[in-house]
Amino acid sequence: MKRRDFIYLSGLGAAASMLPGIPLMGNPIDPSRALETVDVALKKQLADVALNAARSKGATYTDVRIGRYLNQFVVTREDKVQNIVNTESYGMGIRVIANGSWGFAAIDKMDKDNIAKAAEQAVAIAKENARLLTEPVRLAPQKGYGEVSWKAPIEKNSFQVPIKEKVDLLLSVNDAAMKAGADYINSILFMVNEQKYFASTDGSYIDQDVHRIWPAFFATKIDKTTGKFETRNSLSAPMGMGYEYLYARPQDKIAGVTTLYKGRYDMLEDAKAAGAQAGEKLKAKSVEPGKYDLILDPSHLWLTIHESTGHPTELDRVLGYEANFAGTSFLTLDKWASKNFQYGSKLVNIVADKTQVGSLGAVGYDDEGVGCGQWDIVKEGILVNYQTIRDQAHMLGLTASQGCCYADNWSSVQFQRMPNISLQPGKEKRSIDDIIKGVEKGIYIIGDGSFSIDQQRYNFQFGGQLYYEIKNGKIVGMLRDVAYQANTKEFWNSCTAIADQSDYRLGGSFFDGKGQPSQSSAVSHGSSTARFNGVNVINTGRTI
Amino acid sequence: MPILTKDEAFALLKKVLSYSKADECEVNLNGTDSGNIRYARNSVSTSGKISQAQLVVSSSYGKKSGVATINEFDDASLEKVVRRSEELAMLAPENPEYVSFLGPQKYAEPITFVPATAAITPKLRSDLVAASLQVAKEAKAVAAGFLEDNNGYSAMMNSKGLFAYNTSTNTNFSITVRTEDGRGSGYATRGYNDVTKLDTKRATQIATEKAVKSAEAKAIEPGKYTVILEPAAVAVLLERLFFGLDARQADEGRSFLSKAGGGTKLGDKLVDERVNIYSDPLNPELPTSTWNGDGRPLEKVSWIEKGVVKNLTYSRYWAEKKGVKAIPGPDGAIMEGGTKSLEELIAGTKKGVLVTRLWYIRDVDPQTLLLTGLTRDGTFYIENGKIQYPIKNFRFNESPVIMLNNLEELGKVERTVSVESNANYLLPPLKIRDFTFSSLSDAV
Repeated sequence: MKRRDFIYLSGLGAAASMLPGIPLMGNPIDPSRALETVDVALKKQLADVALNAARSKGATYTDVRIGRYLNQFVVTREDKVQNIVNTESYGMGIRVIANGSWGFAAIDKMDKDNIAKAAEQAVAIAKENARLLTEPVRLAPQKGYGEVSWKAPIEKNSFQVPIKEKVDLLLSVNDAAMKAGADYINSILFMVNEQKYFASTDGSYIDQDVHRIWPAFFATKIDKTTGKFETRNSLSAPMGMGYEYLYARPQDKIAGVTTLYKGRYDMLEDAKAAGAQAGEKLKAKSVEPGKYDLILDPSHLWLTIHESTGHPTELDRVLGYEANFAGTSFLTLDKWASKNFQYGSKLVNIVADKTQVGSLGAVGYDDEGVGCGQWDIVKEGILVNYQTIRDQAHMLGLTASQGCCYADNWSSVQFQRMPNISLQPGKEKRSIDDIIKGVEKGIYIIGDGSFSIDQQRYNFQFGGQLYYEIKNGKIVGMLRDVAYQANTKEFWNSCTAIADQSDYRLGGSFFDGKGQPSQSSAVSHGSSTARFNGVNVINTGRTI
Repeated sequence: MPILTKDEAFALLKKVLSYSKADECEVNLNGTDSGNIRYARNSVSTSGKISQAQLVVSSSYGKKSGVATINEFDDASLEKVVRRSEELAMLAPENPEYVSFLGPQKYAEPITFVPATAAITPKLRSDLVAASLQVAKEAKAVAAGFLEDNNGYSAMMNSKGLFAYNTSTNTNFSITVRTEDGRGSGYATRGYNDVTKLDTKRATQIATEKAVKSAEAKAIEPGKYTVILEPAAVAVLLERLFFGLDARQADEGRSFLSKAGGGTKLGDKLVDERVNIYSDPLNPELPTSTWNGDGRPLEKVSWIEKGVVKNLTYSRYWAEKKGVKAIPGPDGAIMEGGTKSLEELIAGTKKGVLVTRLWYIRDVDPQTLLLTGLTRDGTFYIENGKIQYPIKNFRFNESPVIMLNNLEELGKVERTVSVESNANYLLPPLKIRDFTFSSLSDAV
């Protein structure tokens, strides 16, 4: 499904333009069907048909993914339910190595004959393309795990929550924002369940159950006389959680200039704030361009981490596998090998972690059957590692994959995708207020906005949702038309303070795009509030 | 499931509708066979073939509707999917914006299917890639590219007598060539319905030439420059304007097409009077489907004529509320051009910047359609009608509306592909004055 088909299906309209790229969504289904699961014994049987068929045609390695991808969206605007969409995508992807080359075929009709035919096609494609190889595929060794399973530790399966409860929540969210001053609001609940089965000729049969949720809204205020409008988006994070994410408790809230959320989200409260803040944004002072010290909230900083640390440390980009689309990376192998490339200031410690509870990237095993873990990417400012998968691990001198392989659907070929990549909290006790107190001329940015970065990840520009001017250690009012531009290395080396563990929160992307054909993945980025000195701020206001 | 003929699709849809007990029922059916090869570091990386089909049933009782789908096509499955959609419809809340399905429509015969593309084999894909790789290897450069092809059909029928059917094929190709030392990079992209038009060798030669010539880039100061944007760069800027033609957003006051004091810019002069933008499903160079997903005919529509906003897109609900024709959004757009080649545009430029490609385009301000992004894969400084030297890439902050008011010249139209949306367009290269580059990037 193309993005515009999704927009049509979901009736998103205005809200869609504010969303990042939307992936393939699958087919609409009855919500009750989402609670059905496919028998593991049947999946093993189907997988074995593929493994045996590929082997008999000459494959030297085969893996099979049987995926059932369930999505539910509840889409509303103001006092109307626009759409309730339940989709299912169920099928099989077979990946083989034959004559040293990869081949892949995917089918949605999984009878024995069709599976065997698809396996044969995958082998034929591999053999045909072998003549285009410069060197045969080399897989890092991986032991078979036998028959194992992993389930996301959720408290409440979103697909078990009645549609009515979800509709009622969104309509009350809309009502709260409108009463607080918004003229329009679009709100949406995205819920995802990936039921993934993996089998390979290494002897693994892995059954996994992954859950994700993202509540979001876009509240707009219009000044009819001037024709100006401003939108305040929700400050929620997409999470690898069940519906419990929407049951916020007092301990999940951080008080301040606006309430921030940690681990759980109070959508109603945030909508009320957003309705008022959309109006405040319209009246805010237009920013004076220049150098400012930036205080970046985790609801904003996650996206800067994602773009400027996550993507350039993907080994496939570094090696040139993404040169035609996403691009390459400035973090070339010589910088890593030197062991002294100062990516950031000494305060900057960045960790990759596929096991973080509640994160979007948490799984037991990746999509080529590698058990997941955590490792350092940047240690005290120095680049120390990348993210990689089985067929590229040897290029780093590694003897095992780091488990970063993912496919967004059974019909997509798995490839290297970003694990959760997070900035570690400051080691000294420090609150948000402590950080703001020390700033003479600064801007405190909350929420993510416009984002863009070059194909080697040097030059970026980011906007946000809320911009507060700081003068002599105090917040003095709201600003508008703000975006900051920086060079990645200069930016991370300008990091002079990070709040402590008590402020650590996850943000994330539900729809991170990469690859050709483009695939999306979901990934979290944690941080505490951090300070960056002397960053270039531009004014984005224009007249047409 | 194989690609169904019009008669086979008609018979299957008729059968599905025969199970319906709802007030209204509409069925969409589609299937695709697609294949691709991806390569990088002068070697194939991934390649695959994907076959999928689906049947989507929408049932309605009054203003309540439900949707269910299936990918099994035996009688029992067909009846089951109809019953499921009816159960969902009964559970759904009323949608006050529900609009009854369309009755029979007249559609032009589409010209989107080319047998040669439908008949692509793994060998042909591999040959096309081999021709591309050879060019890069001979130049001692490094190629990364992507070739994909689709062969598909779609059909729909509803209880009010509407029936539509279409088959289509397409192939998209893109190639990035980098010098071995990573200091130069060039790009080319092509899209066709007919694979026999695809010349991967020629496209790779262009990308290679750009890579070699861009290797010794100099830094020049950011600021306002006259630019010549190649069609691939024009595509990613103008499609943001095409995507923003929705009447409801404009009426509601939250679009660059909304006016101070209320109302929209429909009928107003928005851009330079030489700008003419339209869509035409029967254009032989850019054929598209002649109907859209809710059964509305897609016809030739003028969007911007002599710089004036001529039409906006409408959902059926919003058109009914406003009492106007429900013009659906286009499936591909065409901008009229001039007669000059890219070389002639360069020859007529005293000082300027040639932009091969723009990348990572994002909205900065929906109010003004201000966009940001960067140049990529071949940016050159022009002086006295000649390319003088390659320059470092820039970040830009610019609105396509402002840009089309700063139009200097239009070149000859060609078919191009948006790297952002994968959509195909017919667009000219554009020469624009005062294009805003806001900072330098070290990226190659």
